[in-house]
Formats: sequence, structure tokens, C-alpha cells
Amino acid sequence: MENDMIEIRWHGRGGQGAKTASQLLADAAFMSGKYVQSFPEYGPERSGAPITAYNRISTERCSVHSNIYEPDFVAVVDETLLESVHVTAGLKKEGAIIVNTAKSPEEIRPLLQGYEGRVCTIDARHISISNLGAYFPNTPMLAAVVAVSGCVDKEQFLSDMEGSYRHKFAKKPQVVEGNLKCLRQAMDEVKG
Amino acid sequence: MSIRDRLSGNEAIATAMRQINPDVFAMFPITPSTEIPQYFAQYVADGKVDTEFICVESEHSSLSACLGAEAAGARAVTATSSAGLSYMNEVLYVAGSSRLPVVLAVACRALTGPININHDYSDSMAERDSGFIQIYGENNQEVYDNYLMAHRIAEHPDVRLPLMVCEDGFITSHAIENIEIEEDDKVKAFVGEYKPENYLLKSENPLAVGPYGVSGYYMEARVAQAQAMKNAKKVILDVAADFEKTFGRKYGFFEEYRMEDAEIAMVIMGSSAGTAKAAVDQLRKNGVKAGLVKIRVFRPFPGEELAKAIAHCKAVAVMDKSEGFSACGGPLFAETSGAIINLEQRPKMIDIVFGLGGRDFTVAAALSVYDRLEKIAAGGEIGEVYTHMGQRER
Repeated sequence: MENDMIEIRWHGRGGQGAKTASQLLADAAFMSGKYVQSFPEYGPERSGAPITAYNRISTERCSVHSNIYEPDFVAVVDETLLESVHVTAGLKKEGAIIVNTAKSPEEIRPLLQGYEGRVCTIDARHISISNLGAYFPNTPMLAAVVAVSGCVDKEQFLSDMEGSYRHKFAKKPQVVEGNLKCLRQAMDEVKG
Repeated sequence: MSIRDRLSGNEAIATAMRQINPDVFAMFPITPSTEIPQYFAQYVADGKVDTEFICVESEHSSLSACLGAEAAGARAVTATSSAGLSYMNEVLYVAGSSRLPVVLAVACRALTGPININHDYSDSMAERDSGFIQIYGENNQEVYDNYLMAHRIAEHPDVRLPLMVCEDGFITSHAIENIEIEEDDKVKAFVGEYKPENYLLKSENPLAVGPYGVSGYYMEARVAQAQAMKNAKKVILDVAADFEKTFGRKYGFFEEYRMEDAEIAMVIMGSSAGTAKAAVDQLRKNGVKAGLVKIRVFRPFPGEELAKAIAHCKAVAVMDKSEGFSACGGPLFAETSGAIINLEQRPKMIDIVFGLGGRDFTVAAALSVYDRLEKIAAGGEIGEVYTHMGQRER
């Protein structure tokens, strides 16, 4: 059970949607036939405070319900967290960290307290604003995490997400294309 | 056929409620149970249920409104957590003694103080003597299944007692996991209609509800209520057997996990049991005869059955996720100790209070408990019987 399980930790700020991103990833993995867990860790919730959310994705149901201390992947939705939160704590060397930033992996690595594994960056702000006209970092971050972690097959992910968007935005079909472009662009543009 | 889905514990409970379509839902929100009435309000707005959905001004009122509805012969539900459950306290006892089978979903959360929104059982354990049946789930699936069984147990003529369906706040209530949902018509057929024999508004046989009980009658009412709680044991198993026949998932008073030849074991509840199962699996791989008993039904407490399940163990750790301030162990330890007291041969037993206010319980923590049990089983000292685990040293 443990061998094929992928564990992911999300860091964001209250209101930015790290919890939603983890739910979307669980949705995508669920649609591909996996067993999923998506759960937030709540402190005293307030807008802008650092929050953590988690995913476990596996081929068998996972009965463990603790937080994740040694994740395979870490996703950072807000790069200002790098200054205040030890985002790479316990992160496996064989894994990777994915940071939402306009900077390159080389520029980010010195901020990661000596993390030796793979460092990936994605400019979710640019991708979101150019395709959706507003800043929704979740969609590009989700695609970047899928691309880097390989937790879901890329093509299946894109086709599942399209179905999901067409259902969700049945009354706003114009939004569907923008979101799909976000996903594809993020998968292509994630660096590192 | 079951429908594969992924839902949080709260959405699973709300889904079960939608499928059952109760007559009345009186609601007052409190974290982490708030999503239950929130989802349900959407079902009301979408016309998916024809429930009378009442927004009241407090938990004392939400349960009171449910009791009024139940006394009138309706099926009534609500949901709460923590201080909300405490605020219901007075009315919980009225529900039990008036024999009104309201079903209450509880997303279990710590009680103040310090003020805290996270999970432990201090809220539900504080109400263990209220006369409610209490059924706990390990994950969203069990919580959903428990809810489908709840009304049939509570409303059974031999029982007629209120019932709490308990889930772990946040850990279960807010975690999205895979789940099998049953089809609406099959759920409706399984749960059935509520047809009480007597109720307040039955004109041919009007009934008084909640009269004064003078000393000459009070005790008889309490003994009858105690008998109903005893009767609930058979009904819980009967309903579980029918549930298994209908939907294929098996439930009892508790789950015995790798207990057949276990020498060391935990008695534990809720989501923590799932985490401890991973520890048991690791230990079994190394040849350690570890097991666990996960308590599902806490009221009525299955004392005799539990005693049989752990009698053959050398050492048992009772895991209490609430602090009862008895200075000699938590509520689960008290119940388990009482259960084994008359066994000819009984295991050595310790109590560990853990996980208060959302303090995380990990596989490593579970392994450390089994490590201690191995030493006791090997003839070592029990040491302190009642300890706390996972707290900072200073």
C-alpha cells in the first residue's frame, strides 16, 4: 500500500484556495480510478494566514488519517510563504517542490533551506491572468503538480478536467476554454 | 448498484439525510458540523427534499424544535459540534427520557478551553449518560452507513431512543475520500417510513409528552429507559445484518482487527483506529502479534462482547481521545475496565489519553504504544496505568 502511494502537501494562505487545489487534485485522481484523500489542516482561520492542505493518492484505500510529515511533493501557492514557513520540512529528496513564482528554479533554490531534490516553478499568476483575466492560481498549480508528480496520466487528466468543467460551467461555457488553456499552458511551462 | 463517489464526511451525512428526506431539520450552525445544514439547505432550495427546514437561534432551540416535531409524530434531525452539543445538554436528556428518536449528527470537536475547533471526543463523551445511543465511524463511508442505519435503530418499538451519529471533526468531516453511495430508492426502502404507534397529534389516542414524574413513578420511567438501551443492542445487530444483506458492508458493536491470536491490542475509536491499523500491519509483518478493537457503538456499551474480544490478550492499551478529569483514566478506560472486571483471566491494561484538541495521532505514535504493550506483555512492569501521550514536555 505504501509503495505506490503519493503524498502531497500544499502550502497557501487562507483565502487563496490551497484547500480547493487539493480537492481538485483529489477529484482528478478519483476520476482516473485512484483512491484519494484531501484534507485541510485548520488553525485559527483567517484570511491571509498560512494554511496547509494534504493529498494522499493510492491504488488501495488508505486507512491512515494523520497529517503528512514526509511528503513526496510540496506545492507552494504563495511564494511569500518561503520566508516564514519551512515548506520543505520532511520533503523527500526523490520528490520535488513546485512553487508559484515568476522566478526560475535556480533563483528559488537558495530560499529552500538546503533542499537537495528537484525544484520546479510555475508562473501561475501570468498563466491565470492571460487566460482567465483574473488571478486564480489553483488551476495552473493543479496542472503543474500533475505534470511534475505524474500522479495522474496527463492526457486522461486533461480529458477528465474538460468533462468536469463542462459540467461545472454548463451555464458559462466561455469559462471552460480559458481553464483548459490554463491547464495545458501550465503543463508545458512548468520549469525544473 | 452502489455509486462510486468522493465526499467529505459532512457531505456524506448530508447526502444520507437527503436520501432519507426527514420531515423536519432544525438547524443552528457550529464548526465543524456547519456544512451539514449548509449542504442540506441547498437540497431544500433545489427541491430535492420536502423537509421543513427551520433556522433557529441556538442549539438548545434546534434540539427542542426536533423534540416538538418528534412528539407530533414526525421524523426530525439536526447536527452540531462541541459547545453546541453542550448547549443541547438539558434537551438531550429530555429526548432520551421522552423516548423521542431524533437523530443527531455530531462532528466531534474539543470543548473549551482553551477554545479550540479541532477534533477530540470531549463533546460526545460529556453526553454519554444523556440517554442517546452513540455510534462512531472511522471514515466517511462508515459515517454514511451508520447514518443509514440510525433511524431504524432509534425508531424501533423496542428502543425508541434518540441517537447520535458521531464523526471525527475535520479529520472525517472535512476530508474528501472515496465512498460508495447507495441509490436513493434503495436507501428509502431500507430506512422506511416512520410510523410511531402513539404521538401527540394522534386524535384517537392523545398522548402526553414530558409530564412531571413524581417519586412514585420517576424510577419506573428510568428503568424502562435503561431497558430500552439494553434492547437497542439486539436491534443494532439486527439492523446491521439487514444492512449487510442489502448493501454488502458488515458492521457490529465493534471491529476486531487482526485480533484472533493477538497478544497485545488497543481499544480505540474513530479515525485514529485507521491510523493504528497501519501500525498493526507493520508489526504483523515483523511477527508481532498485535491487534486492535475499534469501538463503533459506545452507547449501549458492548461490555460483555468486548471482554470476550480482548480476554485472550496479555496487554491492552485503551486509547481515550477525551480527558474526563477523573484522575484515574478516561471514559473509554472506565467502560473497558468495568467490562473485564469479572473475567477469570484478564489482560493487563493501561489507559492513554491522546489527540486532544486535534493533536495529530501518527502511525509512529501507535507503534510506540504497541512497543510499551510488548514490554508489559513480556512480564515487565505496567508502570503508570493512566498517562497522556503526544503533549509537549514543557
